[in-house]
Order: sequence, then C-alpha cells, then structure tokens
Amino acid sequence: MNSFNTIWANGRGNLATWLLWGLAAVFVVYTFASGGYLIAVLQFALIYTVLVTGLNIFMGFTGQVSFGHNAFAAIGGYSSAVLTATYGWEPLPAGLVGLAGALLCALVIGYPVLRLRGHYLAMATLAIGLIVYEVAVQWQSVTQGYMGISGIAPIGIGRFTITSDRGLLVFLMIAAALALLSAAGIRRSRLGRAFVAAAGSEDAARALGIDVARYKLIAFMISAAYAAIAGSLFAHAVGFVSPEVFGLPMVVMSFTMLYVGGIGTIAGPALGAIIISVLPESFRTFKDYQDLAYGAALIVILIYAPRGLASLPELWARWRRRSA
Amino acid sequence: MSLLRLDGITRRFGGLVALDNVSLEIPGQGLSAVIGPNGAGKTTLFNMISGFRPPSEGRVHFDGADITGQPPETIARRGLIRTFQLVQLFEDLTVLENVKIGCHLHTRGGLLAALVPTRAARAEEAAVEAEAWRLLTETGLTAHAHSFAAVLPYGQKRLLEITRALAAKPKLLLLDEPAAGLNRQETDALAALLRRIVESGTAILLIEHDMNLVMNVAEEIAVLDFGRLIARGKPDEIRRNPDVIAAYLGTEEAAHV
Ligand SMILES: Nc1ncnc2c1ncn2[C@@H]1O[C@H](COP(=O)(O)OP(=O)(O)OP(=O)(O)O)[C@@H](O)[C@H]1O
Ligand SMILES: [Mg+2]
Repeated sequence: MNSFNTIWANGRGNLATWLLWGLAAVFVVYTFASGGYLIAVLQFALIYTVLVTGLNIFMGFTGQVSFGHNAFAAIGGYSSAVLTATYGWEPLPAGLVGLAGALLCALVIGYPVLRLRGHYLAMATLAIGLIVYEVAVQWQSVTQGYMGISGIAPIGIGRFTITSDRGLLVFLMIAAALALLSAAGIRRSRLGRAFVAAAGSEDAARALGIDVARYKLIAFMISAAYAAIAGSLFAHAVGFVSPEVFGLPMVVMSFTMLYVGGIGTIAGPALGAIIISVLPESFRTFKDYQDLAYGAALIVILIYAPRGLASLPELWARWRRRSA
Repeated sequence: MSLLRLDGITRRFGGLVALDNVSLEIPGQGLSAVIGPNGAGKTTLFNMISGFRPPSEGRVHFDGADITGQPPETIARRGLIRTFQLVQLFEDLTVLENVKIGCHLHTRGGLLAALVPTRAARAEEAAVEAEAWRLLTETGLTAHAHSFAAVLPYGQKRLLEITRALAAKPKLLLLDEPAAGLNRQETDALAALLRRIVESGTAILLIEHDMNLVMNVAEEIAVLDFGRLIARGKPDEIRRNPDVIAAYLGTEEAAHV
C-alpha cells in the first residue's frame, strides 16, 4: 500500500508513465483551448487534487483512516466565505484564518482520537465530519444554514483578482502542482520516512525511536491543512459554499479518487481526481446508463490496477519482463 | 559499571508468572546471552527492558537512569535498540529505505526540511544515504538495496533487521533469536557479524536457541527456566551446570548442550 514505486520515483522512461502524463497533458491543453464546461470540470479536479493529496499523506503514507477530512475543508471554505463575503476581508488573510482554524481543530481532535485504532479511529473521524456539518447547518447567523453563502469574491490579492476561467485554471494548476511537489518532498524526507514507518510496523518504528503517536498527529494536521486550503480554493472558485458542498459525498468522492489514483503514491491523487471528475462527463452519451457505465469503469480499474492508476507503470514493467 | 541493570523484575500474565524476580546486570561491552527452553520468559524479559510491556514489579536501569515504564521510543533514544523474534520490517519499502528509517534518531529534519531543500537539509539527506549504504555494505546487503523488504529471503530479512537497528547507533543491541531459521552458512556469517559489532564498541544482549552460536560468541550467559534465573556464567560453566542440564532435559536443545 505504501509502495513508493511512484511515477516519479522510478517510473522514468517507462512507456506507461509517458502515456499517462501524455494523456493528462493532451487533456489539459484541449480543455484550455476549447474552454466551456470542461474548464469547470478540470478546476474541480485540481481542487480535489489538493484535498486528496492531503488525505493521502494521512492514509497512504501514514496508514491511518479518516472519514472526516471534509470537516477541515468546511472550516477552510466557510472561513474564506464568511470573512470575505460578510466582512470584506482579503482572500489571503481569510484563507490563513481558515488554515489556522483547521490546524487547531486537528490538534485538539487528533490528540485524543489518534490513540484509537482501526475502525474506532474511522468512526471518530466520521463524527468530526458530521459535527462540522451540523454546525454549518445550525449556526445560521454566520453560515446562513442550508441556504449557504453566495457571492464570494474571486481569488486575488489587492487589486489583482483572477476573473477569467482560464486564469483561474492556471492558478489552480499551480496550486495542485505545489500540493504534489510538497507531498513528494515530504515522502522523500525524514518526516515522510517516519510516516511510512508508522504505517509499516508501529512496533518496529517505536523500537527505532520514532514517536508514532506524535507523527500520526503531525500527519493528521498536515493533511487537515491541505483540506482547509482545498476548501478555501473551492469557496473562491465556485463563489458559493453550503453544508452540502462539504457533506458526506465529498468524503466518498475523495476516497474514490485516492483509491482509483493509487493510495500511497505521489501522482495518484492527481490521476484519481482527474479521472473521477472526467469519467461521468465521458459517459454522458450513455444517458440512462451513465451511472452504470461509471460504476463499471471504476470496477474495471480497481480489478486491473488494484493499487490505482499510478501503479500502471509498475504493472506494465512487470508485464514486459514476463513477456520478454 | 554495568550498562543495564534489572532489579527484581517480575511479570505476571493473569495467573501465569512469566518472570519471577529476575535480577541481572549487563556490561557496556561484549556479548551476553539469555538462553532457556521455550516459554521460559526470554522475550518477555526483552519486552520489559525495551518498554513494550511494563514489569509487574521491579526496576530497569539503563545507562545510569531508571527507565522502568518509559515508552519504547524514549528508551530507544537512550541507545537501547531491539529486534523482534518475529521479524518486523517495513515490508512495502525497499531495503535501503528500511535502513534509512533506522537513522531517525540521529537526524533532525522536520516539515521545513521536507518542504524547503536548504543546504543543511540536503546535507543531512546525503549523510543518511551514505550511512545507509555503508551499513548495507557492512552486512552484505548492497545487492538487494532496491528490492522491497517483502521479497527478501528469510535469512536476509533477519540481517536487514539487524542492519536497520545498527543505523540507530545503539549502545546496547537486543537481538531476539537472530539465528532462528538460518542455515549453517548464514549462522556462521551472523556470528562473524556479531563479533564485528561488538568490536566496534556496541554491546549485544542475545536471545538464542542455537547453542553452537551462543557458546561460540557469548562471553556471559544467563539461563531462564519458568521465569526464574537459574544460572549465570561463562559458556563452560553453563555447559556443566547441573540445573541447566536438568532444565533442558527432554527438550529439543538437550542434545546440543
Ligand atoms: N501477552 C501475553 N499474555 C499472556 N501470556 C503471555 C504473554 N506473553 C508471553 N506470555 C507467556 O509467558 C511465558 C513466557 O513467554 P516468552 O515469550 O517470554 O517465552 P520465550 O522464552 O521467549 O519463549 P520462546 O523461546 O518460545 O520464544 C509463556 O508461557 C507465554 O505463554
Ligand atoms: Mg521468545
């Protein structure tokens, strides 16, 4: 699960690698040129790339489970929405407040919860997501309940705001790239090694002096930070937040992206986010059978690339070795 | 002065007394061994020392400090590193990366070093890489450096666990049956490695069933039987000790004593 046979690690020169990146590049260029609805789809995928990259640090690298990262996205998204739309703040300080809030929340919740194991941890994180959802619904004076907050200003600094769709797309591409690069940096570092050690064998890690409880908490907080940033990006990109936006479907979506893309890999979150965002669109022609075709495609992917699309280069290499 | 001192360690599991008032001193150099029939309490003793389980009674002192009840990672930081009877590797990672993880205690980098490749951060990574390769050369695992730990043959998994432990630069290395499942040649190579480790100044405390190996490399032997320490001494004394012979009578190892 923690194979770091990622596309970047040692997949260089591998045909499948180039094919995957080639397809991604063609898609991005095509979207960029054609504009329209596809741009929105890609923007959505890039925001999810940030979210899933963070989730991957906690689940893929560190081997833990969280069903509650939508809570941190909500904290980021609502901070940005309320502070900019209601109080007229600049997007950057508003986003930073959301980030700080998510970190604090992750610290306070993670400290006791991360002592739990397996499904207890999963249930506790699920509860976090539900609680934040309830708060967003009930705290009407600030969040406007189910109605949500609309009219959130586009992203920008001072007089420079990004108003065009293509401009926003470029901005989100940079954000997603930074997310992937930072995850790659973490994975290659002493910090990342402590994460994967905790995932591999807690006993062995502790016997080597790694404070597993502490590193789980750090991974939780780092992943919460990615989620908060994704939430803020969403608020500004779409211009609207509501409790539903950060509800359970967000959890299901990010899990699907993580597993389809390749949990524990570097490029997996990006591949998963793009494929899962585009897939329903490409099945539009099937009309009534859209959901069925979508489900079938997911099953095929998970059967033939059980460790996700990012493991395709590896599978390809093995297949070639066998047939050589 | 001894490096490790156990004062009256008792450990109960429900009604079972796995360790019964064991007192023992281990010097800061050389190779000591703990032997005893199956279920004698050897692994339990290691768990008491390394902090994986607290003793029911008694104290553990290491390097001048009382470490009783401290968590494993704190004890490891003091320079006491153990391996496991059932090998515990990071199976999904490469051999090289397993050893790099062993360097954790002697490096500093955190999130900042991970995100910003400053000169200091890169220098530390380069040092870790070099140290890992040096250790793999030392234990003869360089050819497998880029293999996943999961695919190593059994003997090499054991060797990798020791290599990784060495990366933590222990003052005292606890090895729980490192020769279990090794063939004759591998056991000889292990004996040579253990001698080199001891020569380099790291003390070793060994649990082992392979009497040949123990008699070969150990300077001091402690014998456990049903949780009690029944003998201590040099290999020759242990070999002739009537209590030890009685304890092993009828057991698989009897033939080798
Ligand atoms: N967690 C535990 N719970 C209950 N009993 C335990 C536990 N751990 C060990 N024991 C018991 O304590 C006794 C000593 O076990 P221990 O594993 O220390 O023996 P050992 O000398 O290492 O044996 P072996 O040579 O088979 O590894 C055994 O009777 C064992 O069943
Ligand atoms: Mg044992």
